[in-house]
Amino acid sequence: MPGDDALEVLIATKAFALPTRTSHIVLRDIHFTALPGQVVALLGRSGSGKSTLLRIVLGLDTVFEGRVRMPPGRLGVVFQDPRLLPWLTVADNLRLVLVDGAAKTRIEEMLELVGVADAANHLPSELSLGMARRVALARALAVDPNVLVLDEPFASLDRQLGTMLVAKVAERTRRTGCIMLFATHDLDHALMVADRICVLGGHPTTLKADVAVPAQRNAGTIERLRTELVAQFRFLGSEETAQPL
Amino acid sequence: MRCPKAYSGHPMMDDVRHFPEHAVGSNPPDAFDTRRRAFPIAAAIRPLSLLSFAVAWWAAAHLASNPQILPAPDRLLAFAWQELRGGALPLNIGITLARVIAAFAIAMVVGSVVGYLAGRSPRLDAVIDPWMVVTLNLPLLVVVVLSYVWLGLNEGAAVLAVAIAKTPTVFITIREGARALDPALKDLETVYRLPLSRRLWWVTVPQLLPYIAAASRSGLSITWKIVLVVELLGRPNGVGFVLNLYFQSFNVTGILTYGLSFAAIMLVVETTVLQPWERRANAWRRRA
Repeated sequence: MPGDDALEVLIATKAFALPTRTSHIVLRDIHFTALPGQVVALLGRSGSGKSTLLRIVLGLDTVFEGRVRMPPGRLGVVFQDPRLLPWLTVADNLRLVLVDGAAKTRIEEMLELVGVADAANHLPSELSLGMARRVALARALAVDPNVLVLDEPFASLDRQLGTMLVAKVAERTRRTGCIMLFATHDLDHALMVADRICVLGGHPTTLKADVAVPAQRNAGTIERLRTELVAQFRFLGSEETAQPL
Repeated sequence: MRCPKAYSGHPMMDDVRHFPEHAVGSNPPDAFDTRRRAFPIAAAIRPLSLLSFAVAWWAAAHLASNPQILPAPDRLLAFAWQELRGGALPLNIGITLARVIAAFAIAMVVGSVVGYLAGRSPRLDAVIDPWMVVTLNLPLLVVVVLSYVWLGLNEGAAVLAVAIAKTPTVFITIREGARALDPALKDLETVYRLPLSRRLWWVTVPQLLPYIAAASRSGLSITWKIVLVVELLGRPNGVGFVLNLYFQSFNVTGILTYGLSFAAIMLVVETTVLQPWERRANAWRRRA
């Protein structure tokens, strides 16, 4: 039984109503938990309902059968689009979510961490999409979250930079005892960063596997796990879900 | 060539280091900014347009050759100077201006608050919308006359009548703005549990500003015209009252002097207050 500081997600069914008054079930029988300091990857192909699942976890979608138990504390989130307020500077976009008096130092520290400290006084329209996503990541980290939710964190980032950045965030997550939940369609990224990989697939989407990644990430164990997962779940081997690094 | 400070050291900027310093950054050179180049021409067009209007008026007055029908601009200026020295012109314009400001403020506050709430709540909108449609389609004269009958010939009735006439248009504009609020930013507010004041002043109001600005600009121009009618019907002072007096004596010079003087003041308010405020509020859009 996980403690109060764990994240527990149990979705019996999640359906969307259709104009024909019937409902379309998109998620079924998904159950996983995440402990403090764990990095959990939700791996599935595009359109498999990962974002819907994350919206449920974030409490933005409450129409489903099941329950989500969040640990006490704050949430940090990076959506697929950066969702920066275009009328606020980069620094003010971080200040927006901070309530304490040490905001200035915290903002500088977080922007430094994601490598956009020089753009603090710029408007979001003056940033590239990749930079904007990094600002969104800095904003999520600035609140010192207990649960950090990232939706496709590598999208629109240079592959090498994205991997390095998320690895840095994952390391921070483990150090601070935060829970990091990230959705991705990239098996290699999941293998590189996550402690556990929840494989999502099927119609409706169900949890196909909950796989632990060995703490010692040497090339041999990662490649063996990769081969096993691709053999078991054919769709993970498609071009969309796996690209050689 | 060195990369601009704001981007230096950023890996994405490595491939632009050979460009001149102004090629990347927030201060592009004039050569690339067509809006800035076009501005002096646009600025010159306005006074030229006004000047051509004055010339056409002067020519028409000479052709008419009857100051009782259409006095020339110089005749108006002489009359305006006389009224200015006597104190009647500033007094009546000041009184009308005060009524405009009061009615405009009431209409903006009530219309904005109710419009926002209706835009966010379809149920509330279903309750309020028919009221607003009726008020919007009620003839102005009916509103003014009923206000005077029910509340008496006083300042309160005059200001209230104007506010009632103007509120529905503000309501409709702000309601559209509230409906267009970005749901993605609403998600952000929820996830980060933003306090109410930040939701309002950091997230909601900036999204509504273009709508508030549009309602203000159209509102002011309509409000002052309604105020003149209200004054004409039931007040013992103000520009509307004076226009009625001069109408009874067929004094076209007086009518034009007071009418154009007040219009000029509204033009000044529009160009020195409302337009700069709107530009400032939308500055981030132009930089996008």
